[in-house]
Amino acid sequence: MAISLTENAARHVKNFIAKRGKGVGLRVGVRTSGCSGMAYKLEFADEVASDDLKFESCGVTVLVDPKSLPYVDGMELDYTREGLNEGFKFKNPNVKTECGCGESFGV
Amino acid sequence: MALLQISEPGLSTAPHEHRLAVGIDLGTTNSLVATVRNGIGVVLNDSNGRALLPSVVRYFADGGVQVGETAQAMQSEDPSNTIVSVKRFMGRGLNDVGDISGTPYRFVDAPSPIATSRGSGQAPGMVQLRTAAGVKSPVEVSSEILKVLRARAGEALGGELVGAVITVPAYFDDAQRQATKDAARLAGINVLRLLNEPTAAAIAYGLDNAVEGVYAVYDLGGGTFDISILKLSKGVFEVLATNGNSALGGDDFDHRIYCWLLEKNGLSALGASDTRRLLTRARAAKEELTEHDETRVTAILQSGEAIESVLSQQDFHAMSQNLVERTLQPVRRALRDAGLSVADIKGVVMVGGATRMPQVQRAVAEFFHQTPLTNLDPDKVVALGAAIQANVLAGNRSSDDWLLLDVIPLSLGIETMGGLAEKIIPRNSTIPTARAQDFTTFKDGQTAMSVHVVQGEREMVSDCRSLARFELRGIPPMVAGAARIRITFQVDADGLLNVSAREQGSGTEAHITVKPSYGLSDDEIARMLQESSRHAQGDMQARALREQQVEANQLLDAVQNALDLDGAALLDEAGQARIRAGMDGLRAVLQTGDIHAVKRAITQLNDATVAFAQARMDKSVSRALGGRKLTDLEV
Repeated sequence: MAISLTENAARHVKNFIAKRGKGVGLRVGVRTSGCSGMAYKLEFADEVASDDLKFESCGVTVLVDPKSLPYVDGMELDYTREGLNEGFKFKNPNVKTECGCGESFGV
Repeated sequence: MALLQISEPGLSTAPHEHRLAVGIDLGTTNSLVATVRNGIGVVLNDSNGRALLPSVVRYFADGGVQVGETAQAMQSEDPSNTIVSVKRFMGRGLNDVGDISGTPYRFVDAPSPIATSRGSGQAPGMVQLRTAAGVKSPVEVSSEILKVLRARAGEALGGELVGAVITVPAYFDDAQRQATKDAARLAGINVLRLLNEPTAAAIAYGLDNAVEGVYAVYDLGGGTFDISILKLSKGVFEVLATNGNSALGGDDFDHRIYCWLLEKNGLSALGASDTRRLLTRARAAKEELTEHDETRVTAILQSGEAIESVLSQQDFHAMSQNLVERTLQPVRRALRDAGLSVADIKGVVMVGGATRMPQVQRAVAEFFHQTPLTNLDPDKVVALGAAIQANVLAGNRSSDDWLLLDVIPLSLGIETMGGLAEKIIPRNSTIPTARAQDFTTFKDGQTAMSVHVVQGEREMVSDCRSLARFELRGIPPMVAGAARIRITFQVDADGLLNVSAREQGSGTEAHITVKPSYGLSDDEIARMLQESSRHAQGDMQARALREQQVEANQLLDAVQNALDLDGAALLDEAGQARIRAGMDGLRAVLQTGDIHAVKRAITQLNDATVAFAQARMDKSVSRALGGRKLTDLEV
């Protein structure tokens, strides 16, 4: 059971948290919304909840709530640039269907 | 798949509903767009990695438009169709623009009706520019710049914008703010709010450094200078005072070098393209001298003549010293307005590319006895602050929201009898704000009232700026002074003014949204402020005289009415003649401007009518009581 970050993604996350001035890590999760059922949640984490699952990847603490874990287990986060846009990209082995833009998915 | 950004805790957005918001610094020389990504303010670059978009728009005969670098490159070749520094013309009439002989543009002064909700009014329109693609207003030209920034933002953020915060100089009046909003709308941008540039800079610094205290924001841009005194405390930004000079900026430093080049090379009366070319060279030389002790300026004129001159940093500093000095006068005024001294200023924020010049930094450091803050890029700090504000307004931050306070640069008021200005909202009031004041009718049976909205510090309306006029009609006929008309001034968070007039008895109401087609220039504001203190004594006397004149007219009206009604019945020929003589005496001195003579004549006329007034009183009493028993009267 794990969630991992590419080195590039980890460098960006560390940089963002440092500039933000606070935060204990990155929270990854899913919620039921969006056009294909599930949507990703990607937030700064200011505190660790008691039932959070904690992963370390390239020096970044990743927090996942237990309900979300089955949907994102084994996922890898990357940070990429596409034209002028840039941001995080999820490589999720659990995904079976995806909406056109990939922002929501089904398992 | 889509690229995701990290949100604040609990503020993840639903798919396809990202609240993408940007801050736009619509500058005189350069414009920028910035956003908050992964919690950090970043300026969005174009595909070539450039952040600054030169605020230059070139029009072609086929209707095509070029914006930015490509347009800037052609400004020497096609000066009259290549619009630079259009911000100077935003919301201005031809008269406001001032000396246009130095610009290569073909101006058209177009009158246009002002928009009012109820009520009516006319004001001269905004200046327009004749280009190869037709007549363009500054609003249209600005919207071309905004369109490019909007497209850049859409591409960089991967979606449609929710809205933008656009910055304007603190001194922009209602007309200029409205013109900016119109330009944004024309570019398809939803304006979340207009934000004063110094306030935006303070936000950028305030959040990054989180230090409380009073700060001065020294903003020397391409064409404008603004000084703002801001108080940062408990996350609240309050603008204590603003001042500035709209005709002073980096361009003037370029112009000094340009004049020096002309003199040095014995040149005179250059064509538009040569002028542009030399100004471009002058700007490059100025930038070079920030880092180097001397620079070589070379150019080849259209005539084929080659120019080559060497300019040292020392000479440049000497020739531009009085420009630097001129920025310090508004600084002193702003400090005085805020009731503060140099010692109260905790930090000085430098904004605008021109503050990179070492002589400017040195002068500011000397004036404030401290090293100014320059750790953020002075070209980007305003856009970054606007982006942070936009991010809050779009709903991407929750708990630690802060409130933003701005001020009104000049008092707002209305004209009262005798051409006097009655201030309703004093200058430096924080906005949004609303104030109301009651007024009354001047004549018996008056059924309409003209409301003339003015802006300025002087006592006489003729010395203030007229913003709008409207009429309140349908006041029930009453004796003079009986009607109660409440005038309400409301200024919203964008600094736009709403004025309403309501007759309290009948509920009759009229209002106007002040959207003047053009308004005050920063220079005018500065000049008006200076004059108001210089003329304080004279203004007071003028006001006293006007008040006496108004009183005299009222008295003359009243006596004339009484004479017409009862003169023949109650007075003999001599008595009537005596009163007429008193009236003639008063009329004779009324326009002389001698306040003591007017006062004396009023007293004389009053004295001359005492017996007459007594007789009238007796007559009306006896008419009221005549033929009635004492017991019938309710006492």
